Amino acid sequence: MAPAVFLLLVWMLVPLTMTLYFSFKRYLPLRGGDLGWVGFDNYIRFVTSSSFWPSVQTTLVIVGGVLVVTVVLGVLLALLLDQPMWGQGVVRILVIAPFFVMPTVSALVWKNMFMDPVNGLFAHLWKFFGLAPLEWLSQASLLSIILIVSWQWLPFATLILLTAIQSLDSEQLEAAEMDGAAPLSRFGHIILPHLSQAITIVILIQTIFLLSIFAEIFVTTQGSFGTRTLTYLIFQRVLESQNVGLGSAGGVYAIILANIVALFLMRIVGKNLDS
Amino acid sequence: MGRIVLDKVEKSFGDVKVIPPLDLEIEDGEFVVFVGPSGCGKSTLLRLIAGLEDVTGGTIRIDGEDATSVPPARRGLAMVFQSYALYPHMTVRKNISFPLRMAKLDKAEQDRRVEQAAAVLNLTDYLDRRPGQLSGGQRQRVAIGRAIVREPAAFLFDEPLSNLDAALRVGMRLEISELHKRLETTMIYVTHDQVEAMTMADKIVVLQAGRIEQVGSPLELYRSPRNRFVAGFIGSPKMNFLEGPEAEKLDAQTIGIRPEHIAPSPDKGAWKGRVGVSEHLGSDTFFHVHMEGYADPITVRSGGEVDMHHGDTIYLTPDAGHIYRFDSQGLRIA
Repeated sequence: MAPAVFLLLVWMLVPLTMTLYFSFKRYLPLRGGDLGWVGFDNYIRFVTSSSFWPSVQTTLVIVGGVLVVTVVLGVLLALLLDQPMWGQGVVRILVIAPFFVMPTVSALVWKNMFMDPVNGLFAHLWKFFGLAPLEWLSQASLLSIILIVSWQWLPFATLILLTAIQSLDSEQLEAAEMDGAAPLSRFGHIILPHLSQAITIVILIQTIFLLSIFAEIFVTTQGSFGTRTLTYLIFQRVLESQNVGLGSAGGVYAIILANIVALFLMRIVGKNLDS
Repeated sequence: MGRIVLDKVEKSFGDVKVIPPLDLEIEDGEFVVFVGPSGCGKSTLLRLIAGLEDVTGGTIRIDGEDATSVPPARRGLAMVFQSYALYPHMTVRKNISFPLRMAKLDKAEQDRRVEQAAAVLNLTDYLDRRPGQLSGGQRQRVAIGRAIVREPAAFLFDEPLSNLDAALRVGMRLEISELHKRLETTMIYVTHDQVEAMTMADKIVVLQAGRIEQVGSPLELYRSPRNRFVAGFIGSPKMNFLEGPEAEKLDAQTIGIRPEHIAPSPDKGAWKGRVGVSEHLGSDTFFHVHMEGYADPITVRSGGEVDMHHGDTIYLTPDAGHIYRFDSQGLRIA
């Protein structure tokens, strides 16, 4: 067997098999350990729990919200960065910088320096305009998480979209200009279609990573105030409730959800990759 | 209508002056070719007329109206780009109708004009394909179609044939010439290929380093070039230039004689030389003759089936009536 195949199997199949194995067991590490096979009990308990559907919904809202913010702002930023300007190189590096910050760190920075209701920058800004400071992480918890995660992923989207814009033949834009297309129609008829492939790639890659965001929630809201995603729910089941079997069943559901989303995405946007 | 007048038009990029002040008149319905070596500013001049570049000074008038600061779309000109610049995600039909959709013409009129242009350009069977599924020549025709439907005051072509292979280029050259005869619209055509210029133009504008060297009909330029540059640029193969004693005999710094105005002979003539490379084209043969005391070989045209080979001695007799004399500035002495 080729080493690559062997590595891949160990890397992927072993954890997957273990997850499947535990999901059919009643396994409570601190309360008796392995208590034998239970069939589909864990699966039934996980979906009938009152926190299951809200967590699926939260996951989709966060993923959807971040995708919208990063793609829209990413296109705008890429358009701006494509303009010739003084200090282009430095500006581009600065734009990419957030991508180098670890998720845990960036979430902590946002939580303590921006969103803190007493000392945060936003609190000061609100007070400057005579408003009562917003308690971001409890009053607008989902929005806050979307904001933090979007900030991290915007550089990625911008970078991919910027390279795509740079590959656009300038004669096409000139031709459209001579054909009487105003700047907005040039954007709609020429630039956006040209970007469709890059946008598809951004959406696909980001979705894969966004379905499993964890650190940003762990260090900010700890899953409270309606920010418990499916990933976080599984973490809670396994580590906080010490129920490995139930958590594993949740993991299998997460795999299924990810595949459903991926399938939908491929259907909706995948055709853009053909041309 | 499409009378274009350039009045002291100039263009600089930063400190670099690409086009010094220049005057040019293009009459309605003319086929004008801008020709010159690469980097001579011919494409820049076309882009100035199109409005894709702003002039640094001077005025551009189209049909008597000052168009210097009119945006490109409203100058009523259509351009065919070197890369064709088709919109890859649109079908041929959508590509051709794009300017009409931008002008918000009604649907029936759009369809009528697209069908008409497609018929003229033999594109009717390809209307629902995308540019990626077409050959080079077909893409070229789509680009022309997109220009035709606008019914512009003038067409601007920026080296449109340079991406086609040799055989296709000859065909498209004829098609564009025929199109001009049929539409009788002003056409401005940029090329570095003097054969395209000679075969298509009503009027050739020879450019060098942004300056107009000479303006005239193809045969005018061929018969009476104003200076050494034009003499060397127009005509294929190039004119031969001789300096030294032969030129001094005629009171000139340099004399020029075209390959077709020299008679070769195996046994007698004014100049003696030795045959170097010979190019047999079937109808013609070109001998590169090396003459004692001259570094560059002289090109001579001869009939198709002349029996002379590498290393043979050859005698040349120039046709005295077709010798051009140039002074030390390169200007022709009349």
